[in-house]
Amino acid sequence: MTEVGTVLPARTFAVSRADLVRYAGASGDFNPIHWNERFATSVGLPNVIAHGMYTMALAARVVTDWTGDPGAVVEYGVRFTRPVVVPDPDGAVLEVSGVVAAVRDDGLAVVDITATVNGQTVLAKARATVRPPSS
Amino acid sequence: MPLDQSFVGRVYPPTEPYEVGREKIREFADAIGDANPAYHDRSAARKLGHPDVVAPPTFAIVVTSRAAQQVIMDPDLGVDYSRVVHGKQRFEHARPIRAGDALTVVVTVDSIRSAAGNDVVSTRAEVSNVDGEPVLTAFSTLVVRGVGS
Repeated sequence: MTEVGTVLPARTFAVSRADLVRYAGASGDFNPIHWNERFATSVGLPNVIAHGMYTMALAARVVTDWTGDPGAVVEYGVRFTRPVVVPDPDGAVLEVSGVVAAVRDDGLAVVDITATVNGQTVLAKARATVRPPSS
Repeated sequence: MPLDQSFVGRVYPPTEPYEVGREKIREFADAIGDANPAYHDRSAARKLGHPDVVAPPTFAIVVTSRAAQQVIMDPDLGVDYSRVVHGKQRFEHARPIRAGDALTVVVTVDSIRSAAGNDVVSTRAEVSNVDGEPVLTAFSTLVVRGVGS
């Protein structure tokens, strides 16, 4: 039974420069700020940054790993608050957690997602509305 | 100079169909490191009630960002693409995208605002299968950083 306050299993993702190159290829977003350090710093960024959509995809894992069926996600939204800086070779570590904030009358669960790097929030208002498992 | 408010409400013509292939879904799932069998294995997807492998929820951006280029690259609107950053993103799914879909997108400019020296453009992309079945709506907010910010 899904209840308000149900904590979803947390996930930790190591993000490397190679991961960003692979995501660029799969998504078609080849903006050089996501792979070219010289370009990224020339436009005032501290270093190469992850695609916001890559971070959003990783954060969704907390929800889809919980539901099992990715088709259970009926709504998913985030606000991008802080870039995920990915230095080479160290990369970044993204930590994601989720908690059921509400259960609607129609049985859908509203999950609030927290995504941080070095303790700093990188996604705000990250929220998914899903059919909970076994319903 | 602020962006032209008269673009609010503008609807761009439907895009050519994007044909969703199984290998593209698998490639995208691999790129986000997700081994969920619903993305990779047709029989596993069928056990969940899907006719074919389904795409991760955020795969929709691959389809909708191409369509949104119509707005961002519209010379009449005049956005400086090199100054665009992603502010917000939200998807409302009627059902997951799946292999075999042929998706067309209709993009509408929902709002144009100025905030702290930046232009903020919000768009709505309605994605449907070529047979007319609605699949999802994507809401995107892009921030065009003002010079000096």
